[in-house]
Amino acid sequence: MLRDDIIEYSLEGHHSEEEGVKLRKTIWKVTAILTIITALEVAVGIMFPKSAVSEGVWTAIKISYIILTLVKAAYIVLSFMHLGDERKAMRYVILIPYFIFALYLIFVLITEGNAIFAALTQYAS
Amino acid sequence: MAGHASKQIDAKTLWGGKMSPFSTSYGKLMMWFFLVSDALTFSGLLISYGFTRHDYLGSWPIGEETFHSLPFLDGNYPLIYVALMTFILIVSSVTMVLAVEAGHRMNKKQVTKWLALTIVGGFFFVGSQAWEWSHFIHGTEFGRVELADGSQAIVKGNFGEIKNFEVTVAGHHHAVGDKITEDLKHEYTHAIAEGHVHNGIITLHDGSQAKINKAANTEMILDIKEFGGKYKIGDKIEGAEAVAMYEEAVNAGEKNRIIYGANMKQNEYGPQHYGQFFFFITGFHGFHVFSGVMINLIILFGVIGGVYHKRGHYEMVEKTGLYWHFVDLVWVFVFTFFYLV
Repeated sequence: MLRDDIIEYSLEGHHSEEEGVKLRKTIWKVTAILTIITALEVAVGIMFPKSAVSEGVWTAIKISYIILTLVKAAYIVLSFMHLGDERKAMRYVILIPYFIFALYLIFVLITEGNAIFAALTQYAS
Repeated sequence: MAGHASKQIDAKTLWGGKMSPFSTSYGKLMMWFFLVSDALTFSGLLISYGFTRHDYLGSWPIGEETFHSLPFLDGNYPLIYVALMTFILIVSSVTMVLAVEAGHRMNKKQVTKWLALTIVGGFFFVGSQAWEWSHFIHGTEFGRVELADGSQAIVKGNFGEIKNFEVTVAGHHHAVGDKITEDLKHEYTHAIAEGHVHNGIITLHDGSQAKINKAANTEMILDIKEFGGKYKIGDKIEGAEAVAMYEEAVNAGEKNRIIYGANMKQNEYGPQHYGQFFFFITGFHGFHVFSGVMINLIILFGVIGGVYHKRGHYEMVEKTGLYWHFVDLVWVFVFTFFYLV
């Protein structure tokens, strides 16, 4: 096999016109979901600016932003990038690095950042 | 031909070792591996951004305060522009999926159409980002002020119009009594940043000095962002007091009492690191978008030339599509952590 790019392409394969209609319906559905989530995020950002709400409310908004972001990311990866149609093993190979390394790194560095902030406010002034 | 659900492999699809890992073609799997490593790069950048942000907490700027302008319009439109950019990128991602879907039906005309639209969307996004950067670099009318006690504040209010500069000491270009009416705002902010305004007198580039005829600023609010001696983070100074304190800084004749816009060393929006992270992360992402547009263009030429049709499948469109969706995916995170949170 000298040219891998011209091998017979049958895996993700071709599909018929009828299947295409169904797939396009899903695509437009995902588009609507992504657009609505983005519009919602921006509307919340405009209606409840950080300066106008209490700390507790802002934390709640922040967490919901992060959850909505992950929902959007999941739709893009699983639907648009068709990772949802791949084999289970491949899904895990692609996704697990983030669940292990990225989450751990977030935990470590945010904790460290907060500690530095505390130290700076205590000793710098 | 096998459909989506069944993962039967025919002999021709097997790799060199007579196996096909994950029932995926070689090219697609390698694109995924590249994207995994690229996503880890972006994770590292965004997490270090979070780390630095938590170092500063209170003085870190909030998106809706920093990004509130639209091209060709005055006024306050928080987040609208960046929401528009996000929408453009999502739509171009959608047209990309549609191109891939059309490829599965071997419909060359539709692949061409959707891929071309994807490229248009990509150009729009890169252009929007250029405007965003330009706006970020040039800054606001008031800039960020260092008050007499050393605390730093961002400024809101109505900027009083500058009528003219009336020359009082002649320089190379201007004689005494000349009234300069061109490029006033730019000259004014530049001179303040350099400390060339003193007690209402501006020193121009050619060495001449002029009296500034300017209407007073009104409805000013100084929002303290960095601790000085007297004020603490979150304090707000309003009314006549704010105007007087701002004027004091304008007329002090000291360099960097007021900072406009952003560069690699300082910015008016927040800590130095904020500007650096903004330039690096949005720049790195913008570079990805630009490369994506270029790759899409190359593939589009291939599609139009019938290369993939002759090959019997449009897998190249699918592979470049993966990259393009990834760029969209990264933007979703950049959008949240730079602009929303």
